[in-house]
Parts: sequence; structure tokens; C-alpha cells
Amino acid sequence: MHEMSLAEGIRQIVEDAGRRQGFRKVKTVVLEIGQLAALEPDSLRFCFDLVMKDSIAEGAVLQIDSLPGRGWCARCAETVPIAALYDACPRCGSYQVQASGGTEMRVKELEIE
Amino acid sequence: MCNVCGCGSGETRIEGEGAKPAYRWAPVGRRQATRAQAEAAPPASAHAAGGEAGEGSLHFGHGPAGAHAPGMSQAQMVKIEQDILAKNDGFAADNRRWLAERGVLALNLVSSPGSGKTSLLVRTIAALQSLPQPVPVSVVEGDQQTSFDAERIRATGAPALQINTGKGCHLDARMVGIAMERLAPPEGGVLLVENVGNLVCPAAFDLGEAAKVVVLSVTEGEDKPLKYPDMFAAASLMLVNKIDLLPHLNFDVNKTIEFALRVNPRLQVISLSASTGEGFEAWLDWLLTRRKAARIARAERLAGLRDAAADPVAEADLEPAANSGRAG
Repeated sequence: MHEMSLAEGIRQIVEDAGRRQGFRKVKTVVLEIGQLAALEPDSLRFCFDLVMKDSIAEGAVLQIDSLPGRGWCARCAETVPIAALYDACPRCGSYQVQASGGTEMRVKELEIE
Repeated sequence: MCNVCGCGSGETRIEGEGAKPAYRWAPVGRRQATRAQAEAAPPASAHAAGGEAGEGSLHFGHGPAGAHAPGMSQAQMVKIEQDILAKNDGFAADNRRWLAERGVLALNLVSSPGSGKTSLLVRTIAALQSLPQPVPVSVVEGDQQTSFDAERIRATGAPALQINTGKGCHLDARMVGIAMERLAPPEGGVLLVENVGNLVCPAAFDLGEAAKVVVLSVTEGEDKPLKYPDMFAAASLMLVNKIDLLPHLNFDVNKTIEFALRVNPRLQVISLSASTGEGFEAWLDWLLTRRKAARIARAERLAGLRDAAADPVAEADLEPAANSGRAG
């Protein structure tokens, strides 16, 4: 989907952090991406290398940590693991499951030189 | 350019204005880079792959700083913990505040191209204007190119502003913020934002709207909610449009609704036809109920401010809240 915009958002966060904290070279960018997030990791990797050129994170390694998807099952009245937005509850099989976690798209930390 | 949707930035124009883009997300200028360059770069996943499966260990649910980068001292790790869309979300929060101050109901209409969003808007505006107490409607139109849609809306007498996103595949909160300040919807009015026809990207970008309304027409596939779940998960209301065509089609409305509710059990659904007006009563009811809520919230907020003004201590408390703007 809009991975180019997201990669630009990451570049901006990294550049801002570098200016604020006075580092000039980023070796690794660590992201936390929820399993249910509207983001395709492979597509983001493709955009990441292009967008980071000429920035302090040029050539940086992109590490994507996955966070599990979670949903609230109205029938079981508890949080259950789900792998996709349209998944049924793994306990009772109903589709009364509202995604409640795993939609994160976050820059977690940077490894700097 | 994004290899999935062709999304790019820096070419946005509002009402075709200026050779210089009215909006720029970040310095890019990287789009001319060739695929060969991209492939020549070391595989970005090398480290991650090592982190996940290399060195005989699994690194799921990384712990404290440094734990995920074996051999690195913690001093070299910098905590960021910032949402990738934080910038957009900051602008969206500004928009939401701006709208709330004016008691304006903003709806973000999203769908595939050709679902009948503009026809739906035209009929909705006509209906709202012909009420005993007409409701002022303003429209922001998002398309990659042309101002055809804004012209169609203006023909109804409602003010409309066209945003051309150029290579972009979605509206973002900054664009809409500029557009709505230009449009200046009257207090208690309704602002309808017709997003770029795209069932994927606009799902992730909050514009500051009260609700996303996803339009699905019966000439599309019944399984669209499952194929494009993000949008149906993000929406509050689904409008099943073009139901006047049902006799000619092999489309099971109930099946579509069932699929949509699988993705989002809280989704509300209204079936209607923008060409015959069938089902419009329910849609207008939904919209007017939301509008009433926006106006009541504004009245309560004003009453709260008046009370606070009468109490100097509470007024002092309000100051920092009013100044806490967007980050960056």
C-alpha cells in the first residue's frame, strides 16, 4: 500500500532524533509492526533503502519486530490471538472478534555509531 | 516509487494551484533511483533474518534495549518509541480540534474508484439543502488528477475544493487541514471528504474525521471486505450503493454484510441507491444524528469554557492544554 509514505515518515523520525540527540550515523533501524497493521514488510524494505539514501540512515539495516495480533471476542468476553482482521475466534469460532492489538507501526529504537 | 500502489509524494496540488507543490511530506527526490540500485544495496533483511532465526536462537518479543542486537552495547541503542504515522496523526488531531471548536461534522468517504461516491455526495447535498432547516455542506475532493468531481459538487451550490494528490494514493491530514481552512465550513455544518478512490491506502491515514464511511457498490465483488479488510476495519459505516441494480446482478447483499462484519463486528450498514434515492432516509438519519452530537459537544465545550473563565484557577489549568500542539 502506501509504504513509500511510511518510509518517508521513518526517515523524518530518524533525522529528527539525530538532530535532537546529536548522532550522525544510524546502523540499524528497529521497527515494531503489528501483525494486523496496514503495512507490507517486504514492500517497506524495498522503499526503505531508496528513501534512506543521503540520510543519516543511508545503508542502515532495517529490523522489523513483529507484534502479535489480538482481538476481543464478544462471545468469550476475552482477548484472543488472531492472525488476520477477518479471523474467527480460535476458542469459539465466532466472528464477533474486534481487533484490539497488533495494529502498531512504530519506530522502536535505533542503533547508532 | 512504492512497488505496490505507485504511491509517491511532492506532487500534491490544491485546486491546481502553483507549480510548486502545496504540500511536501519530506525531502524525497529518491524516486529516480533505479531498481538496479535498489538491488545492488545489501539486502536490508540480512540483520533482521539473523535476529529472527540466526545464531541458533529466536528473537520474538525482544526485551530491553540491546537485547535484539547481540554484541552491541546498550549505550549505542537509542530509544525512539514513536509511531511512524505520528506526524500525520498530529495534523489529524489539529484538524479534529479545529472541527470540534466549530461543531462541524467531518466524514471521510472511502471506496474503490467507481463505487458512486460523487453521485452519492451530490444526492446527499441536495437532500440536506432541501430540509426545512437546510444543513450547510462543504466538500473536499481528493483525486490524483483533474477537478471534475469538485465541479460536479459545485454544480449543487455547495462549496468544494479539489485536492490533486499527483502520484499520491491517499489524502493525508495535512492536505485536508489546508483545504478545510480554505473552505471554512460554517459552524454546525457538515464537511464531507471524498478520499482518493482506493480501498487500501486511505485506511491508515486519519484525517481528523468523526468517522470513515466506506462505500461498496453491488457491481463490485461480494468478497471485497475480506480482500481489503483494513478499510472495513477502519470504517464506522458501510454504505452498500447501487442497490437499484440488484435485479440485474448476481450479488448477495447479505453475504457482503456478513463478510464485512467478520472484519469489523461494530460496523453499521445501510443499503441505498444514489440514483433512485432508495435507502437515503436511513443514511440521512445516521448523518444528522452524528451532526447533532457534534453540535452538542461544541455547546458543552463552550459551556465548560465559560465556567472555566469564571474560575481563574481552572482557566490557568486550561492554558497548557490549549498550547499542546503537534510534534515536529
